[in-house]
Amino acid sequence: MNDRFIRALRPVWFPLIALALFEAYARTVAAGSDSLAPPSAALLAFGRAVLDGSLLQATAFTLLAAALGLAVGGSLGVLLGVALGLSKRAARLGSLSIEVLRPVPSVALIPLAMLVFGFGLRMEFSVVAFAAFWPLLVLTQAAVAQVEPRLLEVSQVLGLSAWQRSMKIVLPAIVPRLFVALRLGVAVALVVAVTVEIAANPNGMGYAMMIAQQSLDPALMLAWLGWIGVLGYAINAAALALQRSVARRMGVQP
Amino acid sequence: MRSCAEFNKRPSQAVFTLRELRQLPYSAVNELSFLKASFGSLFVLAALIALWWATSHAGWVSRVFLPTPEATLASLREGLFGGELGAFTLATVGRMVEGWLLASVVGVALGALIGISPTARAYLQPTLEFVRPLPASALLPLAISVFGLNPAMVLAVVAFGAMWPVLLATVHGFANVEPRLLEVARCLQLGRAAFVWKVGLPNALPDILAGMRLSLTVSLIVAVVGEMIASQSGLGQAILLAARAFRASELFAGIVLLGAIGFASNALLGFAERRLLKWQTP
Repeated sequence: MNDRFIRALRPVWFPLIALALFEAYARTVAAGSDSLAPPSAALLAFGRAVLDGSLLQATAFTLLAAALGLAVGGSLGVLLGVALGLSKRAARLGSLSIEVLRPVPSVALIPLAMLVFGFGLRMEFSVVAFAAFWPLLVLTQAAVAQVEPRLLEVSQVLGLSAWQRSMKIVLPAIVPRLFVALRLGVAVALVVAVTVEIAANPNGMGYAMMIAQQSLDPALMLAWLGWIGVLGYAINAAALALQRSVARRMGVQP
Repeated sequence: MRSCAEFNKRPSQAVFTLRELRQLPYSAVNELSFLKASFGSLFVLAALIALWWATSHAGWVSRVFLPTPEATLASLREGLFGGELGAFTLATVGRMVEGWLLASVVGVALGALIGISPTARAYLQPTLEFVRPLPASALLPLAISVFGLNPAMVLAVVAFGAMWPVLLATVHGFANVEPRLLEVARCLQLGRAAFVWKVGLPNALPDILAGMRLSLTVSLIVAVVGEMIASQSGLGQAILLAARAFRASELFAGIVLLGAIGFASNALLGFAERRLLKWQTP
């Protein structure tokens, strides 16, 4: 029992010691620095941001932009992915265009989105949508291409139309893999949303962190960094749990 | 000992599970399919460009946002042969490659150190998994305040951000060495260093290469963002300035070049990967 308790604590030691060392360093050598603050001060700054509502507002903005982008880009990706997965010919015809467009780094579109939409929600979610489109497209296409061929033969025998075949045979068959794709899309959407805010968009968590740095408030900056980390971890873990529970319910090995 | 084994069995939380990554269409791991592009797919690409041409010429979308293909091509030629676009491209590619190489070396070394020891994995891996989802660009403000606005700062963030995929893939590769190989190594009384060199690294190589490919993508992205906010000369800064001055054709020229960098680096790495993994296929 005691042994197991010690084992369970093993992952905790490294971060605890690192934080303690950082705290000691920031309080002695780097005391009064404009660039670093002890973790305890960051925790206090975090508390202040919670109380004055700025935390909630910025977090809501970032999550909304990420969710909208994922919804728009992701559903377009799934639609095109199903089409390309069902038809070998369409996949062959589209392959070159996809290979040419896909490697464009999403951040390269930030200035373009700025030019078209100005600053704000639309600009951010359009970049997120572009970034989330590709993993969803590629994973959906791969999933559809691996649907059991006999199921498709059945749909042919039954004389289903292309639309009916997609809705009644293909979509249910790829649900577990769709959730794998969704998990990857969630990770991409969050990273890109924060990146857009850091690079350009004056809204949300990334911008709040930039402003804290520029106004020489390292405690608040570290508070944001920690919060972005915790939030990112929690959302990724939730997406992974969702993916596994769906897979279990569909009777697939997760 | 049992808890270690259980720990290793836990599925990896890497953003892309490596098996998933290898099953994808379009991944250059499988084949350089663009070399075998059919006539039809060329036609589709040409049709898309024609659509762009028609849209911009008919004025369906304002030219402020969408330059004509000819104007983009002219800006590209002008910038590459007369202007600074060539130098910017080299600067961005240099930053990306340097950061990626640093990340790969440090990532593999650290990953091997952590991956070889079940104790180190038990203590460190949860922390590593916790830091992984953090956007690399979120470290830029911290790096700016610690190192200031200079090229070395951007390089450090590129390397740090790009290190995670390699590091975690290496740890994963070392943690999943075939048990029978472990027994063989014990029978042959291989030392630790010999084990890493002769069994561990070759076994982890597919994981490491997949991680390195992800990290190349990350380094391009972080390099561009770093250039944008730290005003380092490069394509990131160039496209931001072009957008601010409403010079859409120059903006598009920059986007085209960044796409070309992404395409070329991915294709090269896919080629190298197939060469290096040839011994694995029976």
